Amino acid sequence: MSLIQVNDLYKIYQMGNTEVRALDGVSVTIEQNEYVSIMGPSGSGKSTLMNLLGCLDTPTSGEFFMDGINVATMGDDELAHIRNKKIGFVFQTFNLLPKSTSLRNVELPLIYNGEIKAHERRDMAIKALTRVNLGDRVSHKPNELSGGQRQRVAVARALVNNPAIILADEPTGNLDSKTGEEIMVLFDELHKQGNTIILVTHEEHIAAHASRVVRLLDGKIAVDEATNRGKK
Amino acid sequence: MYLRTTIKTLNDAFFMALEAIRDNLLRSILTLLGIVIGVFAIIAVMTAIRTLESSINTGLNVFGSDVIFVQKSPVIQMGDHASRRKYWRRPNITYDMALELRDRMLGAEFVSAQDGTGGKTIRFNKESTNPNVGVQGVDEFGLQALNHKLDYGRNFIPEDIEYNRRVVILGTDVIQKLFPFQDPINQTISINGIGFDVIGTLQRKGEMFGQSQDNFVIVPITAYLQYYGSRWTSLGISIKAPDGESFDLTKEEVIDQMRIVRGLGPVDENDFEVTSNDALIDTFGSFTAGIKMFAGAVSVIALVVAGIGIMNIMLVSVSERIKEIGIRKAIGATRNNILFQFLLEAVFLSLIGGVIGVLLGVGAGNMVTLVMKNVAPVIPIDWVFIGLGVCSFIGIVFGIYPAYKAAGLDPIESLRHE
Repeated sequence: MSLIQVNDLYKIYQMGNTEVRALDGVSVTIEQNEYVSIMGPSGSGKSTLMNLLGCLDTPTSGEFFMDGINVATMGDDELAHIRNKKIGFVFQTFNLLPKSTSLRNVELPLIYNGEIKAHERRDMAIKALTRVNLGDRVSHKPNELSGGQRQRVAVARALVNNPAIILADEPTGNLDSKTGEEIMVLFDELHKQGNTIILVTHEEHIAAHASRVVRLLDGKIAVDEATNRGKK
Repeated sequence: MYLRTTIKTLNDAFFMALEAIRDNLLRSILTLLGIVIGVFAIIAVMTAIRTLESSINTGLNVFGSDVIFVQKSPVIQMGDHASRRKYWRRPNITYDMALELRDRMLGAEFVSAQDGTGGKTIRFNKESTNPNVGVQGVDEFGLQALNHKLDYGRNFIPEDIEYNRRVVILGTDVIQKLFPFQDPINQTISINGIGFDVIGTLQRKGEMFGQSQDNFVIVPITAYLQYYGSRWTSLGISIKAPDGESFDLTKEEVIDQMRIVRGLGPVDENDFEVTSNDALIDTFGSFTAGIKMFAGAVSVIALVVAGIGIMNIMLVSVSERIKEIGIRKAIGATRNNILFQFLLEAVFLSLIGGVIGVLLGVGAGNMVTLVMKNVAPVIPIDWVFIGLGVCSFIGIVFGIYPAYKAAGLDPIESLRHE
C-alpha cells in the first residue's frame, strides 16, 4: 500500500462568475521513504496541492488516501488529528510562536496529541531538538536565534510527532544560500533515516535534492520524473 | 478516556492561557481593572455591612432579651418636621403611668420605668469628671431591663426606690476617673452638686460606633425625677415577657393596657411607641438593605462594563493572533483546543481580577474595625464565592464569542495572515 494515493483530484474555486480550476484532475502516488519535489510557476496549483496533501484543505472531488485512510471526506477535527499525527510542516516563514521557547514550540504538536504526559513531551522535544543540533538552544526564544536556527526548530517541531510525511513549503525561501544549503543537508539526512519528504519549491537546485520531481502547470501534472539523484 | 483527554485539554489550555496573559501583561492588567473595581465594590460594602451587623447584633442589645420598650416617640425617628411635632405633642409618660401599667401587667416578669439624661459632672473629693456623664434613673429591675451587669456591691432594692434614696451605681469610666486606686463602695460622690452614696459598680460594656458605653451612673428613678426631672421628662417603660414564646402576646397586652393607662378612646391612635431589640435590628436591616442594593447596582454596572472590556480585548487578541491560531491549527489543534484556550484566557483574566477585587474589598471593608474597636474583622465567605462565580460567568459569557470566532478560523488563510 502506498503512503499517499491521490486519484483524479479537483479543487475548483468560484470567483464571481468564473470558475478557477486550481487542481484539474491530479493523480499521484507517493511511496514510503520517497523524497519528492513539487515544482511549478505561481498559479500552477502547487500551493493548493500542498494544502491538500497537508490535510489543511479538502478537495472539491477526487480521492485522497493517506496510509489507506480516505482523507478527502473528513471533517475539520478529523483533519486536525491527521495533521497532528501524520504530517510535519516546515514553512518558508518558519511559523514559530514568537513568545515561546524552542522547547515549547517543539512540544506544541505533542500537547495537541492529547495522550502524552508532560515529562514525556519534554523528553521527546529535547530529543527532536538534539536531532537538528539545537540541544543547547532549548530555552531560547525565536528572536534569540538566527534564521537557520529558527528553521531547524521548525524542522524539530515537524519531526517530534514521528509523522508519516514531512511537508516542506519553500523551506529555504527566507534563508541565505549557505544556511539554505545546511537545511537541505538536514533534509537529506532525515530522508536517509527513513522519513518521507515532500518539498514544494520553485528553485531547481533545491528540487535537485529530491529523488523525484513533480511539475505542475495549470492545475495538471505536466512532468513526473526521477531527478539525477533519483536515477543513481 | 474521553474525560481524561478533556481534562488534559483543559489543563493544557490553562497553561496556554496563563502564558498569553503573561505575554500581554500591561493590556491584561488594564482589562482586569474593571473586574477589580466591580468585585471590590460589592465585597467591600458587604464586608463593611457584615462587621456592622455583627456589632449591631451584639452591641445593639440595648434592651435585655424578651424586653418590650414603651416610650413617647420612636427610638429611631425618620420623617419630616411635621411628624416629629406629632410625637413631640404627645403627653409625657409619667412615673404614675408606669406604676399603673405595672399593676395592670400582672403576667409580665417585670415592668420597669427609666429615663436618662447627659452632661452631668460627677465629683469625689477633689477629683471630677468632664461634664459629659450620663445619669440613668431606674428601679430595681433597671439593670436587667437595660442589660447592665453588676460587678460589685448591690442592686437597688424596692425601698431605695420608694424613699427616693440618694444611692448610686457607677459605670466603669466614672470609676476609672474618680476611684483609680480606691474601692468606691460606700463612698459619697456628688452629681451636679447633689450627694449620692455608692452602693455598686457595673461591668464594662465596651464601645459601639467608637463611643464608650460606660460613661454613666445609675440612680433610683424617684431620686432621678426629684433632682433631674423637668416638665419635659417622659419616661420609658421596659416590660419583660415571661418567656420568648409569649413575647408577641405580651406585646399585644402592653399596647392594650397602655391605651387604658393613657385614657385613650376606642378610635384614638396610640400616643406611644412600642419597640424591642428585634424591631431595632429590623430597622437597621432596612437601612442596610438600601446600601446593599446600591452597591449591588454599582457592581453589576462595573462588571458588565468590565465584561464588555474583556470581550473587546479578547477580540483584539484573536485578531492579533490569527497567525498563531493558524500555526496551532496546522500542527493539529482542533476547534475545541482553540475554543478552550481563548475561553479559559477570558475566564482567568476575569478571575484574576476577581481575586484581586476580593482581597482589596475584604481589606477595605474591614477598615471599619479600625474605627470601631470591639468589632471583629469579617470575611464574607459567601460573597467571596458569589463574586468569583460571577467573574467566571462574565469570563465565559463575554469570552465565548471571541473564542468561537478564533476556533472557526480557516487554517490556510490564518497561516497566510501577516
